[in-house]
Amino acid sequence: MTLYAGKREALEDAFIGRDDEMPRGKPRSVTRDALRRFRANKAAMTALVVFVLIVLAAIVGPYLVPYDYETPDWEAFTAPPSIESGHYFGTDQNGRDLLARTLYGTRVSLLVALIATTVSVIVGVLYGAVSGFAGGRIDSAMMRFVDVMYALPYILFVILLMVMFGRNVFLLFAAIGLLEWLTMARIVRGQTLSLKEKEFVEAARAAGVSSFAIILRHIVPNLVGPVVIYASLTIPEIVITESFLSYLGFGVQEPLTSLGTLISEGTGAIGSADWLLLFPGGVLVTMLLALAFIGDGLRDAFDPKDR
Amino acid sequence: MPETLLSVENLSTVFDIGGGNPFAKALELKAVSDVSFTLEAGETLGIVGESGCGKSTLGRSILRLIEPTHGRVVWQGKSLTDLSVGEMRKARRDLSIIFQDPVASLDPRMNVGKIIEEPLKVAEPSLGRKARRERIEKVMEEVGLAPEMINRYPHEFSGGQAQRIGIARAIVTEPKLIVCDEPVSALDVSIQAQIVNLLKALKERMGLTLIFISHDLSVVRLVSDRILVLYLGRVVEIGPRREVFANPGHPYSKALLAAAPIPDPAIARSREKTPLKGDPPSPINPPSGCAFRTRCPIARDVCAEKLPPLVDVGRGHRAACLFTGDVRADEAIAG
Amino acid sequence: MTSKPPTDMPPLLALTDYAIRFSTPDGAVKAVNGLDLAVARGETVAVVGESGSGKSQTFNGVFGLLSGNATTSGAARFEGRNLLELTPRQLDEIRGADMAMVFQDPMTALNPAMKIKHQLAETLRIHKGMNRRDAEAQALAMLKKVGIPEAERRIEQYPHQLSGGMRQRIVIAMALLCRPKLIVADEPTTALDVTIQAQILDLFRDLTGEAGTALVLITHDLGVVAGIADKVVVMYAGRIVEEAPVDALFARPAMPYTAALIRSIPRVDRDVEAVEPIGGRPPNLLHPPAGCAFHPRCRFAQDKCRRERPPLETIETGRRAACWFPFVDETSGREPMNAEIAGA
Repeated sequence: MTLYAGKREALEDAFIGRDDEMPRGKPRSVTRDALRRFRANKAAMTALVVFVLIVLAAIVGPYLVPYDYETPDWEAFTAPPSIESGHYFGTDQNGRDLLARTLYGTRVSLLVALIATTVSVIVGVLYGAVSGFAGGRIDSAMMRFVDVMYALPYILFVILLMVMFGRNVFLLFAAIGLLEWLTMARIVRGQTLSLKEKEFVEAARAAGVSSFAIILRHIVPNLVGPVVIYASLTIPEIVITESFLSYLGFGVQEPLTSLGTLISEGTGAIGSADWLLLFPGGVLVTMLLALAFIGDGLRDAFDPKDR
Repeated sequence: MPETLLSVENLSTVFDIGGGNPFAKALELKAVSDVSFTLEAGETLGIVGESGCGKSTLGRSILRLIEPTHGRVVWQGKSLTDLSVGEMRKARRDLSIIFQDPVASLDPRMNVGKIIEEPLKVAEPSLGRKARRERIEKVMEEVGLAPEMINRYPHEFSGGQAQRIGIARAIVTEPKLIVCDEPVSALDVSIQAQIVNLLKALKERMGLTLIFISHDLSVVRLVSDRILVLYLGRVVEIGPRREVFANPGHPYSKALLAAAPIPDPAIARSREKTPLKGDPPSPINPPSGCAFRTRCPIARDVCAEKLPPLVDVGRGHRAACLFTGDVRADEAIAG
Repeated sequence: MTSKPPTDMPPLLALTDYAIRFSTPDGAVKAVNGLDLAVARGETVAVVGESGSGKSQTFNGVFGLLSGNATTSGAARFEGRNLLELTPRQLDEIRGADMAMVFQDPMTALNPAMKIKHQLAETLRIHKGMNRRDAEAQALAMLKKVGIPEAERRIEQYPHQLSGGMRQRIVIAMALLCRPKLIVADEPTTALDVTIQAQILDLFRDLTGEAGTALVLITHDLGVVAGIADKVVVMYAGRIVEEAPVDALFARPAMPYTAALIRSIPRVDRDVEAVEPIGGRPPNLLHPPAGCAFHPRCRFAQDKCRRERPPLETIETGRRAACWFPFVDETSGREPMNAEIAGA
């Protein structure tokens, strides 16, 4: 040990040391990392491709099909699927082309889900983040309100909304979105509560950053993971809700259609015209499966530790 | 007479626990009880104690990151505890903090530049983008990071590098006081020394005043000018480093010193077994009188009856023990 | 220094050419490489290293506790039986009975839903075939031995009702119950306060001395090592870089890493102006440096160190070091090769 005596001064600089070994590769933000993990997930990527194809078909499909969704083909009532006639999915009891109706129905279902999910995300994130960040009494009051909303029967609300918005399906589903935000708000609040205790938020407070700026700059960006995951689970939920309501006859009105309405009609024709159930049902199941895989993939991508 | 930068007067921080349940009896946890001390410019005060002794709460209460329940914190003559939220925000540019967990203290969604920039934006909003960037790069250089790292994200760095980023953020506004809350405990041994030396060097270079909170007495001995020993939220001893280490006035400080490992086999083997038994009591229901009496090797009946005051034992050294004379008369620890 | 057991006796645990590899999405990580290590009966061996040195993985592998993506090679012989070749059932007979492990976090070893009494008795009933009454009586005796106050009351409690120090004592009691020949303690005091740490170390010292149990203490803290170990093994980047009796290691470290490590820790018992840090940081095992893994941080590194990896060689009786230019005591007869670089 005495070997080192007298070396101190010469090493002044080494005493503080530098640590500038650069990380390898390109800068990797958390989101970029998550997307990289998502891309590596084959099941999720396949599901994404399938889902994108369904969405594209729903958007452009109706323009490419020679038939429209409401005009009957007088030469083909309840015609089975056939290539020669051009009714690839067959026709229904009113002679309307099922392919056109399925494409159009998918479009309506997706649109409705998009509206409701957007509404629920916006309201849920704002409500949850404010409640969680404010804490204390404000938080208690805000969360009790959510509890009360939870306790009210869903269907009662839907019927009430039906009375109010019965004429306009899209408004109806915006309203349904206003019911769906409850769970989102709870999730966001829980995340905010734990984020608020993180040392980086404390560091921002120590630097004198205002509460509003902290919510915007530190809390909300860190909510992206859970919000994206939960939103991806909300979409299929709304599609199912819509299908369920339409099946009961509450949802989309004729001649407009949705996947739920088509399936409802199809069940009536089991045995005589199975294709009326099989095609729209197949599309719905495929879509829901794809969304489930995407949601799963997103969860793994954003939360690698919880796998 | 050196300038008194900070004076903490009878500071107490009490947490209500079990408050969420309206049916449960509200319990009080006195994390910090009646703590007073002053800090001179350019000084380093080491705060030591075991987990749960309130040392982190004390550090945060001084900066009002946790609102203290009683008492005052006087900073350069004005009372921080009486400032409005807006005034406090302005005062924060002089006060800074470094955290224990280097990775958790950096926002994972921000790159290094953004992280270091944040306090600067608040403190000097008039600074242009280019000037800000220059300041950030200068500060990165100062803490031993390459300025090219500015676009990188926290999870790409090692613990030591992340702590350097945390330090850069803490010094970018050129503060006067930094509270260092266990800044090296989460790091590898070989990295600890780098960070300790960096803090010491920055202190010299920038004329900083430090409050250095740690459970590790050897690190505290290395950096501190004065030592404050906390036990269950109360100051049991405070004094110049040399005094406290050579001649502790409280049996708890003495036990801490005797328990700290020494990297020398001959000394380590010759030391007596630790006289301390059991664990620290719960701060929710602390013992009457002297809180340390339940573990104290020299406790007597009177210790349960009265709270020992901090008494002067000479040379700026104070201890809160009724029998501090006995403690000090006893042979000082080895070394 | 404690007396060494006769050298002709076979060691209790012997690792030969022992290696652990992890396959990760980013490539293979060689966590432990070509390890040769012997633990004699009754000996206390400290394994020291930083995070990523492989010190914990080495013994997790010995106990068969590695994650699924790990593969072990070489041999780990416990009383002559190669543990790596045993079936899980055969390993279970040895684990907990002849060799036991104590972890940093006592909660990982305790079942939160079971009373202390039942957890302790279970071990005895499984390994020793005792009946419930005898097992519980012996468990109580062991709790008293490890210094649990009010043992009769504590034994009826659940883990969450106890403090961290008390839980660690219980885990140690559990490890000692079947009178194992070897205890491996992985950072047993790192999560504890200094005063509790001192109590636990005292306990280890008493118990191993009394029962002749061998102890492997895995730690990053050289201070802890000094008071308890007979022999110290220093690991760096998955390899042993130095092995020496404890006094010799602290007095005359042979490998620059060990020397630097000792000089980088501050002292509680004396005033030191500054500690000398080790620059840089431990290597990334995905991309280990060529030659000696320590060379990028070594002040004495030569060209040879950058090109060739130094083998672990005996430099004195009972001492090994992996360095091309070890610091050797003048009296040992070998030339201090790096005196020029080191002295100046």
